[in-house]
Amino acid sequence: MAQTLYDKIWNEHVVRQYDDGSVLLYVDRHLVHEVTSPQAFEGLRLAGRRVRRPDLTLATVDHNVPTRQRHCVSDPVAAEQIATLERNAKEYGIPFLGLSHPEQGIVHVVGPELGFTLPGTTIVCGDSHTSTHGAFGALAFGIGTSEVEHVLATQTLRLRKSLNFRVRFVGEAGPGVTAKDMILRFIGEVGPAGGTGFVLEFCGDAIRALSMEERMTVCNMSIEAGARAGLIAPDEVTFDYVASDDRPYAPRGRALREAIRRWEKLASDKDAKFDREIELNISDLEPQVTWGTSPGMVTGISGEVPEPEQVKHFSRDDAAKALAYTKLKPGQKIVDIPIDVVFLGSCTNGRLSDLRIAAEILKGKKISPHVRMIVVPGSERIRRRAEKEGLDKIFKEAGAEWRHAGCSMCLAMNEDRLEPGQRCASTTNRNFESRQGRDSITHLVSPATAAASAIAGHLSDPREYFA
Amino acid sequence: MQPFVKYRGKLAVLYRANIDTDQIIPKQFLKSVRRTGYGQNLFFEWRYDANGRPDPAFVLNRPEYRDAGILVAGNNFGCGSSREHAVWALMQFGFRVVVAPWKEESPGKRIPGFADIFRSNSIRNGLLPIELSTDEVEWIVAQDREHGPLEATVELVSQTITVYGIPENTFHFEIALDDKQMLLEGLDPIGLTLKNLADIERFEQRHNVQMPTAESSGL
Ligand code: SF4
Repeated sequence: MAQTLYDKIWNEHVVRQYDDGSVLLYVDRHLVHEVTSPQAFEGLRLAGRRVRRPDLTLATVDHNVPTRQRHCVSDPVAAEQIATLERNAKEYGIPFLGLSHPEQGIVHVVGPELGFTLPGTTIVCGDSHTSTHGAFGALAFGIGTSEVEHVLATQTLRLRKSLNFRVRFVGEAGPGVTAKDMILRFIGEVGPAGGTGFVLEFCGDAIRALSMEERMTVCNMSIEAGARAGLIAPDEVTFDYVASDDRPYAPRGRALREAIRRWEKLASDKDAKFDREIELNISDLEPQVTWGTSPGMVTGISGEVPEPEQVKHFSRDDAAKALAYTKLKPGQKIVDIPIDVVFLGSCTNGRLSDLRIAAEILKGKKISPHVRMIVVPGSERIRRRAEKEGLDKIFKEAGAEWRHAGCSMCLAMNEDRLEPGQRCASTTNRNFESRQGRDSITHLVSPATAAASAIAGHLSDPREYFA
Repeated sequence: MQPFVKYRGKLAVLYRANIDTDQIIPKQFLKSVRRTGYGQNLFFEWRYDANGRPDPAFVLNRPEYRDAGILVAGNNFGCGSSREHAVWALMQFGFRVVVAPWKEESPGKRIPGFADIFRSNSIRNGLLPIELSTDEVEWIVAQDREHGPLEATVELVSQTITVYGIPENTFHFEIALDDKQMLLEGLDPIGLTLKNLADIERFEQRHNVQMPTAESSGL
């Protein structure tokens, strides 16, 4: 029978089936970070269990880490959490990227960089943005702490299969319109629960045209549409990424050539059946900006704040509540919305190409005197590369702050957070109430839009820089 | 985990769609390495004002709702991050059941009551997610507004929730067989899986041939 890419990877990892319809699925790669793992290790310890495959596990610290000065974790509770992961990693023999490790970074950035993320594998992490790794044609999804413990102890998960949802992007995006705009547009189209119960497969010419880093941006936000995983079939772009650069976990030489031969078969069969399909043409796509408190509350940069009764997928009440929270009025032009802070970073848009596009816009310019801009590379490797290219200088000369790697203001667990009432153009993935600090307001945008907005002091169209 | 067979308790209504895990338990409380101590910070930003004073209008701060054990919410409950702390916070506050509606967005297209990861986290802790139709949930919401606080009895074996409104009303709900079993028996999923250890080992033998494992990582 014809199979989708998801069907294929799933079937290859079924250890056994149960009578109730669930299966035991093998996990090839397990990523661990400091926030969702301590209780899992504690559970193991209490039950006298061991970590079954520390060699298939990789731990990093990212959520809590300071990005200004590497080693002063001012919050003692955060410091304890970081120290706890280090202790657990040591005790159970798990490779650990600590604060002084040159490869430390956000878990979804370092996995691919190190070649830990490979096509055709199953990858889990106690983090919902694990969907990022699907860009390689890996089945990757977030799990809760009990499941983290289950994977540590058994290297498997007991799961029921999801449905297949094909998302086809066609057309050619204009300059200044990016992968971030594509995925925001998709979430606006299907709503924040439109993908719940599905695994997404992104395909079409417009996906094929994307670089690996851009594909990660797309898959990263699958969860914002409710889907646990998003997949892109691997191709030359994927293989080149895995083969290039310093990727200590990736196969090399003959092993790599053999692997690529297998990976080439990782595609949905022509007549494979999908439970839901959608096609989006991006030829006329504008840079996208969120105006509310859900990633599905999104519109084009030349648009206006909508009337609450005209918001697709949201009730009038919920849209009105969101507008009250973000202090916006229907009819207000998006480009008239002033901003206080710009955040460039996160597992969505903290990769080298993201920093480059923002730097290109900022080069030789100053950010608005009313705006504070923070640039946080996704990993220490990215930080080093960016410095080698001189991007840090461009940011600093423009008036932005240049930091070490971490999640930082994406979720504001460390000291990088917005003040109440502050409004931020952010390259992250969630604009929930108080996500970046109590009573703060987040507008999700691409790195290009973030840079253009930093200069203007209000939300601004980046396309003028590409004319 | 805590088994779930039958529960009778009070309903509290927080009828908003897309209540995300950042709302259920904000990040500043995720720094703990423990499994306990989350209950008092449940819905923190809605429950307390900027000075840390309880907002008297928020449902869980109203004395008559403080001992509620069944939360009634809008659809897509628990969306956002994978943090199991959200489930711990709900349970440590005293909730054993969350009710949320599925919604028919267009013919045949059903938007579920719960986000995926939240649902599986709930099951693994003994918190029962109940999905009802929008009409059913709106009936409960209206009853609560008029006659609240209401009580309800939930029976997992028969998959029913009886709400003691005026009149009282019993609704049937669906739940996957494996989830039901796990809840009813309060099973330890890891212990269960380890019974299949031989299967896992056999799988690893054949699977390793196909899958490159981590080469000397040098990390
Ligand atoms: S950068 Fe943000 S979304 Fe990504 S893992 Fe960190 S906190 Fe989560």
